[in-house]
Amino acid sequence: MTAKLIQGYEVVIGFETHAQLATKAKIFSRASTAFGAEPNTQACAVDLALPGTLPVMNREAVACAIKLGLALGSHIAPQSIFARKNYFYPDLPKGYQISQFEIPVVQGGEVGFYLGDEKKTVRLVRAHLEEDAGKSLHEEFHGMSGIDLNRAGTPLLEIVTEPDMRSTEEAVAYAKALHQIVTWIGICDGNMQEGSFRCDANVSVRRPGQPLGTRREIKNLNSFKYMQQAIDYEIRWQIEQLEDGHAIQQATVLFDPDTGETRAMRTKEDAADYRYFPDPDLPPLVIAPEWVEQVKAAMPELPRAMAARFVQQYGLPEYDATTLTQSQAMAAYFEDAAKACGAPKLASNWVMGEISRRLNTEEIGMDAVKVSSQQLATLIGRIGDGTISNNAARQVFEALWSGEGSDVDAVIDAKGLKQMNDSGALEKIIDEVIAVNPANVEQYKAGKDKAFNALVGQVMKASKGKANPQQVNELLKAKLA
Amino acid sequence: MSSTVLHDMGVAQLAAALRGGQVSAVEAAQHFLARARSHQHLGAYVALNEDATLAQAREQDASIAAGTAAPLAGVPIAHKDIFVTRDFPTTAASRMLAGYRSPFDATVVARLAEAGCVTLGKLNCDEFAMGGTNENSAVAPVGFDAPRPVRNPWDGARVPGGSSGGSAAAVAARLAPAVTGTDTGGSIRQPASFCGVTGIKPTYGRASRYGMIAFASSLDQAGPMARSAEDCALLLSAMCGPDPDRDSTSLDRPAEDFGRALGDSLEGLRIGVPAEFFGEGLAADVHAAVDAALKEYEKLGARLVPITLPRTDLSVPVYYILAPAEASSNLSRFDGVRYGYRAKDYADLLDMYKKTRAQGFGDEVKRRIMIGTYVLSEGYYDAYYLQAQKLRRMIADDFQQAFKECDLIAGPVAPTTAWRLGSQNDPVANYLADIYTLPASLAGLPGMSVPAGFGESGLPVGLQLIGNYFQEARLLNAAHRLQQATDFHLRAPEGI
Repeated sequence: MTAKLIQGYEVVIGFETHAQLATKAKIFSRASTAFGAEPNTQACAVDLALPGTLPVMNREAVACAIKLGLALGSHIAPQSIFARKNYFYPDLPKGYQISQFEIPVVQGGEVGFYLGDEKKTVRLVRAHLEEDAGKSLHEEFHGMSGIDLNRAGTPLLEIVTEPDMRSTEEAVAYAKALHQIVTWIGICDGNMQEGSFRCDANVSVRRPGQPLGTRREIKNLNSFKYMQQAIDYEIRWQIEQLEDGHAIQQATVLFDPDTGETRAMRTKEDAADYRYFPDPDLPPLVIAPEWVEQVKAAMPELPRAMAARFVQQYGLPEYDATTLTQSQAMAAYFEDAAKACGAPKLASNWVMGEISRRLNTEEIGMDAVKVSSQQLATLIGRIGDGTISNNAARQVFEALWSGEGSDVDAVIDAKGLKQMNDSGALEKIIDEVIAVNPANVEQYKAGKDKAFNALVGQVMKASKGKANPQQVNELLKAKLA
Repeated sequence: MSSTVLHDMGVAQLAAALRGGQVSAVEAAQHFLARARSHQHLGAYVALNEDATLAQAREQDASIAAGTAAPLAGVPIAHKDIFVTRDFPTTAASRMLAGYRSPFDATVVARLAEAGCVTLGKLNCDEFAMGGTNENSAVAPVGFDAPRPVRNPWDGARVPGGSSGGSAAAVAARLAPAVTGTDTGGSIRQPASFCGVTGIKPTYGRASRYGMIAFASSLDQAGPMARSAEDCALLLSAMCGPDPDRDSTSLDRPAEDFGRALGDSLEGLRIGVPAEFFGEGLAADVHAAVDAALKEYEKLGARLVPITLPRTDLSVPVYYILAPAEASSNLSRFDGVRYGYRAKDYADLLDMYKKTRAQGFGDEVKRRIMIGTYVLSEGYYDAYYLQAQKLRRMIADDFQQAFKECDLIAGPVAPTTAWRLGSQNDPVANYLADIYTLPASLAGLPGMSVPAGFGESGLPVGLQLIGNYFQEARLLNAAHRLQQATDFHLRAPEGI
């Protein structure tokens, strides 16, 4: 397909994402990675770069890289190299960051996702292991800066794409898809506020067919909303510049959520020479094929495979399958409910509808869901066997969610929501309704459908909602024929 | 037991006397502490902590009394001030670390303590182990208020060599029966040669580098220095062993008894003699002493095999690209932010960095940081760093080629005997003097210096022995047999 153009410009976006790995210990020391501890309480001698200390690789972090590589169909390098990126900054204790430069652990691969109905694929260049720096705190120290080294040495995977995205929407969809994968395979908690998943977007524009334009890199996008705003702004800004006859300068920019604008932090001229060289403290990282096989055996079913299976196995529409596999918890909930009630499409409707809506409203996750998959399955079963109507089912759901009751049948009984299945009693009610509403009967016979609906309504009302609407329809039609 | 005998005893003898109760660990420690003080003009020690030393000694006496003594229980030793220690300050002989106290002991220090050794103090060295004369030390020795060069015990007007100059001087002057040193490009072997003591650098990765302040990570190795090969074997056996949780470059090879082959016959041993080690620049007196030692080996049944190490010359530029490259990065952590020296007055962060490092580091350290920064810079990396890495591999290959024809390699340690203090002010000439020790360092091979006689001014000459990977026991065997046939290692400088 041809890319959507903005004022005749094609947008080109590539991503660099830092995913903080969900390991218990740091990447090169045994200090804890837990978030939110008192400053400098989770920094050991190695993290402080005390004289004589040396890095030792955390196997768990390597396993995370292998998982990502497997999930994205990448090449997992049997041998990769750690390098030092040298620069001075107070929150960088060693005066260099240990990263991977020439030979990263994860090479190639792709992230696939849907943008509306359209299937998109973004190619990865690489993903490499590296350590995070500490934090500089500039606010609370009256002309001085505080340094918190708790984060120093936290393991990161930097995931770098090709410049494959052609719109803000596609870029955000990619970021969401990547977020879904890293959380799904359990290598990252995905908490964007805490900085566990930070994106840098490289944005440029060009006339179609022209070589790539000069890019500017928007740093540290830590919410999908800001990502959307920042990239949109950046595209508009760049086009404006070009239209005004200015060239774009390669630069690193920050997004300011208050103004909704991006502004340059540094330009290419200030770019540091990081003097990368292989870290002599760390031998090459060797990953044996057996290790990859072990990790593979323990990998969960991936979202795209699971969605395909939902279509195949449960006959769900593609849309449902994709939506339900947004998170492992939701997929598991759906599958439990579907299996238990035997009506997968109904289960899907409930999960995507009522359940999702309430989780969103209450801003809670699937782990805090208040109606279990078993309860939902029973509820769906009661609709299916005609015990209750859809309307009544919503009332039962409400009671279960609010904690008013926990047993589906008990709630139905207590609320008297059982449908009237005795056709004799129903016929009696219908006869009475026909008798007291001659006007409606006449109108219906004259061809007015509205009048029929009014009669149905009267019957439902007279039955206190317990009549089965379909049965009412059939009987009423028969009697008026 | 007579005090004079005590400091003439070797580690093996002393350990036996301690276990046998002829001398207590406290007595031994006190004896050597007293000597350290009475010979403080040599400038060998930079830190003593008598309380800590005696506390350690009492512990060893208790273990001897309880019958739970470790093999080296009560043997007093001292550590090069490159190893971090809890009980003593650690400075790396730099202003940058004046007053620094490590919260942990280096693995080598801890392992020797486990073996029963008692630490007497810390020994002078070139700043951050950079230098070959010990003239680059920026700290005041014990008993002095200002930095002062370490004196060679054989001639107080001469350098002890470096960077482990304080270590070599301490052994030569009987201020400790044995000590630790570190060797990056010859820093154990060259001072051992200059001071007439025995020192060994094991295969790279044998001894943990954890707690050894890094100069050039891919080259740094710890090793012992003592009067005899037998004593070196005892210390080396205690020092080495895997340290997988702290040092990723430590080898997964179990600890060994490196003294197991000391007495083996040398009959049929092929000793390779590299032509390149005997060329122009080798002083005649050193040449003569080394030749005499080689003849001694022939008498012991060994066969001399002419070999070639064709890239010996290149080892100097290769080393002086790679070691500074690593050093420039390793020393970045000394930034005045978290510990150590910080300039007093500064305008902003950048100014603080500049002043702290300008004031905290000495000239030689700065020189190497600048060289290292240069060779790693964009546009120069390929031409210098990468080329040097390639040559390093070729130098290592040359050794493997040579070891097809011989079991050990022998030659001089340094082109000359110890030179006069302050006489060598040209850094490049200093670098060139490392030519015989650098090849084994670059290849990661074990090497040692064995006293082989005396030169023109009565100054000691060392014979260098280089073995293939993991051949430490064989090296020590060859050194020991030479020491049984000669007495150079037993001679003491005048007045000691």
